[in-house]
Amino acid sequence: MDSGKVVHAVFDDDDVLLKAVEHIRKNKYTIEEVYTPFPVHGLDKVMGLSPTRISIASFMFGCLGLTVAILITNYIMIEDWPQNIGGKPSFSYFENLPAFVPILFEMTVFFAAHLMVITFYLRSKLWPFKKAENPIKETTDDKFLVVLETPDDSSKTKTFLKELGATQIVFKANES
Amino acid sequence: MEYHFSKFLKRGSIICILIGAVAIAYGFWNMPKTVEQAQERAAATHHGHHGHGSSSDDSHHGSHDDQTHSDQDNEQHEHIEHSVVESLDNQKTNHHQSASDKKSHDNHGKHLLHQFQNKPWAAVYVAALFFFFIALGTLAFYAVQRASQAGWPIVLYRVMESISAYVIPGGIIVFIILLFSVFGANHMFVWMDPKVVEHDVIIQNKTWYLNINGFILRALVILLGWGLYRTFVRKFSLKQDQDVYLAMNYHRKNFRLSAGFLVFYILSVSVMSWDWLMSIDPHWFSTLFGWYVFASMFVSGITVIAIMTIYLKSRGYLEFVNNSHIHDLAKFMFGISIFWTYLWFSQYMLIWYSNIPEEVTYFISRFEDYQLPFLSLLILNFLFPVLVLMNTDFKRINYIVVVTGIVIVIGHYLDVFNMVMPGTVGDQWSLGFVEIGAFAFFLGLFILIVFRSLEKAPLLAKKDPFTEESKRFHY
Repeated sequence: MDSGKVVHAVFDDDDVLLKAVEHIRKNKYTIEEVYTPFPVHGLDKVMGLSPTRISIASFMFGCLGLTVAILITNYIMIEDWPQNIGGKPSFSYFENLPAFVPILFEMTVFFAAHLMVITFYLRSKLWPFKKAENPIKETTDDKFLVVLETPDDSSKTKTFLKELGATQIVFKANES
Repeated sequence: MEYHFSKFLKRGSIICILIGAVAIAYGFWNMPKTVEQAQERAAATHHGHHGHGSSSDDSHHGSHDDQTHSDQDNEQHEHIEHSVVESLDNQKTNHHQSASDKKSHDNHGKHLLHQFQNKPWAAVYVAALFFFFIALGTLAFYAVQRASQAGWPIVLYRVMESISAYVIPGGIIVFIILLFSVFGANHMFVWMDPKVVEHDVIIQNKTWYLNINGFILRALVILLGWGLYRTFVRKFSLKQDQDVYLAMNYHRKNFRLSAGFLVFYILSVSVMSWDWLMSIDPHWFSTLFGWYVFASMFVSGITVIAIMTIYLKSRGYLEFVNNSHIHDLAKFMFGISIFWTYLWFSQYMLIWYSNIPEEVTYFISRFEDYQLPFLSLLILNFLFPVLVLMNTDFKRINYIVVVTGIVIVIGHYLDVFNMVMPGTVGDQWSLGFVEIGAFAFFLGLFILIVFRSLEKAPLLAKKDPFTEESKRFHY
């Protein structure tokens, strides 16, 4: 699509945006990206994005945290320096398990939460001091921006987007 | 659309009631009448003779021989072991080593007879309480939705209202069973026996609260409060549909009524749990027991709402319920299951850690005599629902929600079983003919009452201010 152009269509309302995105995709335009000031429910579905796998990652991080917690509590409290827990000096991990459950739980949550955030940042290529990618600043306030590619037929695209409720339509030359 | 009680379901529930009634009657008829019969029965069961003195110590060591205890630890266990027998035998004064073997033996036989005589009563009590708790948990859930003015569950209001219809007959049945206990028809609540209190200092110190008059009075006030709330909230809910102009009025009325009810409920549910469940083991106490019982009934109630909604949908009713509603109910099942486990563990860990004989006996008797029902709770009520319902997509698949729901319901039946049985029948428990029969009896009664009530009103609360929002609810 070297003859294609990039269009910036700005919307005012998330419900209008949802409907618009649905129609844009139905009419065979390619949506590059949508910028919104807040997460819009269902937007990923109408955009046709593949479902997130972060929950699977989170589950595995949780399992990792649980394993680490079992290993360190066992090492610290049973193997390295056996402790008399609650006046029950059995020195067996299983018999003292109730004392460790809060730690196991906290470590599971800690690993799942932190590693999930880090994974999310890595996956969406975010890091501190990164320059913002959103083309117009208003998408951090109250505007919704759809960036789409269009074949070289600007007037038709314009009326089409107007009908969908876009408040601002800007054509840009394709950067690539 | 109005619901029509299907013939199949109606017949099924009546058959359940009949079979259950026969099983319960058999249980009472089959009850041993004399000490000798009880001893014969005990010798025949596979649980074995869990007696006093040396035999008890043997069985204790036998079950733990792979573990190494210090001497001190063993001593403590023995002490606890004795105090279990003690509190149940009501022979605090005679139980020391100096007591003659003959006398101790007689008392043990009498105690065994009481346990066997309690068995059918306890089976009926567990099932009656369990189904009452389902209705009460649903009523609490319904009140939460009313008081928070939630938008999503309006389409489920009629289902919740009809499940909570069982609160009144169920409450009356439980109250009648308690009256039988009060008048000495069984020995489920040992503190009701003045001969026991005479020899028991711990119970004597509690008699300012734990006495028969107070017990009956509290039960009456509590049941009346719950029954009145259910009656009025249902009345207003139905009136709301008939009068367009007063719909908002009734909405506000129900909001206020529900907020008031929740305050009453959260206090009274604790009192109820102390009276009806915790006092079965009168020496034992736990400060978060009320919350624990509440969590159990809340999750059973929500689960039954989900199962019933999916059933009605599969029969072509409730066309306005979409899978986002099911998703929300499944989220509640998931969340409250974790909440239940949190309370279960909090209660267990504190008692395990502090190791006070009065408290720890409760768990020792469960670990030694009730291993299977007690430990399977954690699998049925925690591991299974958490692992299955963790996935977002699974919460929307009807058959997964139903299967998990059935597991949760069985798990919480066992939870009530574990709260009642050890203090009433001791190690002579079984999940046999009578227990299952009692479950079937109350299941049939529950279905009959709930679906009868469902028949009486349209399935959609049309005039609620949030009805449209609820119909369009989409996640």
